[in-house]
Amino acid sequence: MTVLKALAKNKGALLSLSVLVLFTFVAIFAPIVAPHAPSQVHESGLGLPPSFVADGVSGFLLGTDDLGRDTLSRLIYGARVSLGVGLMVVLLSATFGVLLGLLAGYFGGWFDAAVMRVVDILMSLPSILLAIVVVSVLGPSLINAVIAVSVVALPGFIRVVRGSVLAEKSKTYVSASKGFGASHFRIAVQNVLPNCMAPIIVQATLGFSDGILNVAALGFLGLGAQPPTPEWGVMLSDARAYIENAWWLVTLPGLCILIVVLSFNLLGDGLRDALDPKLKN
Amino acid sequence: MLRVLLNRLLTSLPTFLGVTVIAFVLIRLVPGDPVLLMIGERGASPEVIAEMRANLGLDQPLITQYFKFLGNALTGDLGTSVISKKTVVSEFFARFPATLELAFVGLLFSVLIGIPVGLLAAAKRNSFFDYFFMGGALVGYSMPIFWWGLILILVFSVGMGITPVSGRISVFFDVPTVTGFLLIDTWFSEDGFEAFWDAFKHLILPSIALGTIPLASIARMTRSSMLEVLREDYIRTAKAKGLSRVRVLYGHALRNALVPIITVIGLMVGTMITGAILTETIFAWPGIGRWLVASVTARDYPVIQGGVLLIAFAIVIVNLIVDLLYMWVNPYIRDLMS
Repeated sequence: MTVLKALAKNKGALLSLSVLVLFTFVAIFAPIVAPHAPSQVHESGLGLPPSFVADGVSGFLLGTDDLGRDTLSRLIYGARVSLGVGLMVVLLSATFGVLLGLLAGYFGGWFDAAVMRVVDILMSLPSILLAIVVVSVLGPSLINAVIAVSVVALPGFIRVVRGSVLAEKSKTYVSASKGFGASHFRIAVQNVLPNCMAPIIVQATLGFSDGILNVAALGFLGLGAQPPTPEWGVMLSDARAYIENAWWLVTLPGLCILIVVLSFNLLGDGLRDALDPKLKN
Repeated sequence: MLRVLLNRLLTSLPTFLGVTVIAFVLIRLVPGDPVLLMIGERGASPEVIAEMRANLGLDQPLITQYFKFLGNALTGDLGTSVISKKTVVSEFFARFPATLELAFVGLLFSVLIGIPVGLLAAAKRNSFFDYFFMGGALVGYSMPIFWWGLILILVFSVGMGITPVSGRISVFFDVPTVTGFLLIDTWFSEDGFEAFWDAFKHLILPSIALGTIPLASIARMTRSSMLEVLREDYIRTAKAKGLSRVRVLYGHALRNALVPIITVIGLMVGTMITGAILTETIFAWPGIGRWLVASVTARDYPVIQGGVLLIAFAIVIVNLIVDLLYMWVNPYIRDLMS
C-alpha cells in the first residue's frame, strides 16, 4: 500500500496513468469507439482535413487520408496495435529475461559467464541496428518486428534480474531456507524472485515505451508492420508523401506515439521512486 | 596512457569477436537459400548460382567458413554488394563521412545547448525556467525522432520555406571530394561560401532531429550532476571565501560536474547511430543508415553483414576515444587506470 500512496503523490505518474488507462480503454473497445472501420475507403472524401478547420466534413473529426480512410478510426485501431505490440514485447522479453537472469544470478559459474558475455555483445549494438539485423533474417512483418524488438529488450531484463538476484542471494533468509533443506527451485522461485519484483516492474514499464517506440520505428522504415495495417509508424511513413498538403496525417500518429511513450516513461520513473526511495535523487 | 589504450583494445576484443559471430551467423539463419533469395525475381543460371554460393563460401563446413570470413574481415575484405557489385568496404567509406558529419554536428548542437540549459536549471532550481526546460527535456527524451524530423520539415521547410526538405547539398553545386565532409570540402569548390552555406542549411534540420534525444539526456544529466556537486563541502567553502556566484558555479562546480556528463555523451554514441538510421531515412541523407535500411529491403546480405560489422567497429573506436577524453578531464580516473 505504501507504494500506491507514494505513487498517488506523484502528479506526473498519476496523470500518465490516467492517459494510459484512456488509451487502453479506447484500444480494447476500438470497434465501438471508432466511428468507421479502419480500412473502410470513403471515395467521396479523399484527403479531407479535420472537421474543425475550413473544408472539413463533420463525419470525419480528424480528416481522412489519401485513400479516404478516416484518420481518427485508424488512430484508434492503431492504439490497439501499438499497445498490443508493447504488451507482447514486454511479455516475451520479461519471460526469457527473468528466466535467464534468475538462472545466471542464482547459479553463477560458466552459465552466468556465457549469458553475460552474450548480453555484452547484444548491448554493444545500437537497438535499432540489432532489430534491423533480426528483421533482415526473419523478413519484415509486424510479428517479426515484435520478435526483433523483444530480442533488443532482453539484455536489459537479464541484467536487472541478475543484479537483484545476486544482491538477494547473499541475504540470511536464503541461508535459512537452505538450512531447512529447501530445493534450489523453491529458493530461487519462491524466496528470491518475489524480492526482485520491484526492479522488474520498473523495467517492464520502461520496456513498454521502448518496445512501442522501436516497433513504430521499424514500421516507419518499412521493416515492421506492412500497409494497410493501421499502425502509427506505418501511418507516418505513408504520410511523408503528403507532407506538403496534409499536415494532420503527419502530426497526429506521431503525437499518439509521443503521448504513449512519454506516459510510460513518466509512470516508470514514478514507480521507480515509489518502489525504491533510495534511487530518488 | 598507451598501456591503458592497449588494455581497452584488448577488453573490447571478445565483444568484437562476438559481433563477427552474429554477423556471420546472420546470413546463415535466413530461412531458405540466401543465394536464391538474393537473386529473387531477377533469375540466374545454375552456374551463376553455384558461383555466388562459392563466392559467399556457403559450400564449405561452417567452422571453415567462419575462419575464412574472420580472416577476410581482418584483411579488410568484407565481400561485394550483390546490387552495386562494389566492395562493401568501399561502399561503407563512401557514405561514412556523411553520417559522421551529421552525427558530429548533431552532437555539437546537443552539447552546446544541453549543458547551458542544465546549468541554468540547476542554478535556478525550482524556478519557472527549471520546470519549463526540464519538462521539455522529458518530452525530448521520449521523442519519436522519425516523427520529430517530419514536424521540423513541416514547419521550417514546408511552412516557412527557410530550410531545404532533404539531401546534403543542392544538385547544382559541384563539390570535389577531399575529406568527404561537405562543410570542409565546399571551400575547395568554385562556389566557396555559397556552397558551404547551402550544405550548412541542409544540415540544420537533420542535426536538430538527431540531436534532440542527446540534448534532453545531457540537459537532465548536467542539472542533476550540478545539484549533486553544489551540495559538496568545498562549494560551501568557496562561497564562504566570498567568491562570486559565477566563479563558484563555473569555476568550481562545473568542472567536477563534467565527469558524469561526459559519460552520458559517451553513451550517446549508440543512440546517435540508431538516430542516424531514422534521420537519414527522413531527410534522404546519403549516409550508412539509409544504406543499411536499403540493403535490408533489397536483401543484400553481404552489405548487411559487412555494414553491421563496420558500424560495431566504429562504435568500439568512438567509445575508446570517449574513454581517453574521460581520462583527460578527470585526473583521478587517469591515476586509477594507469
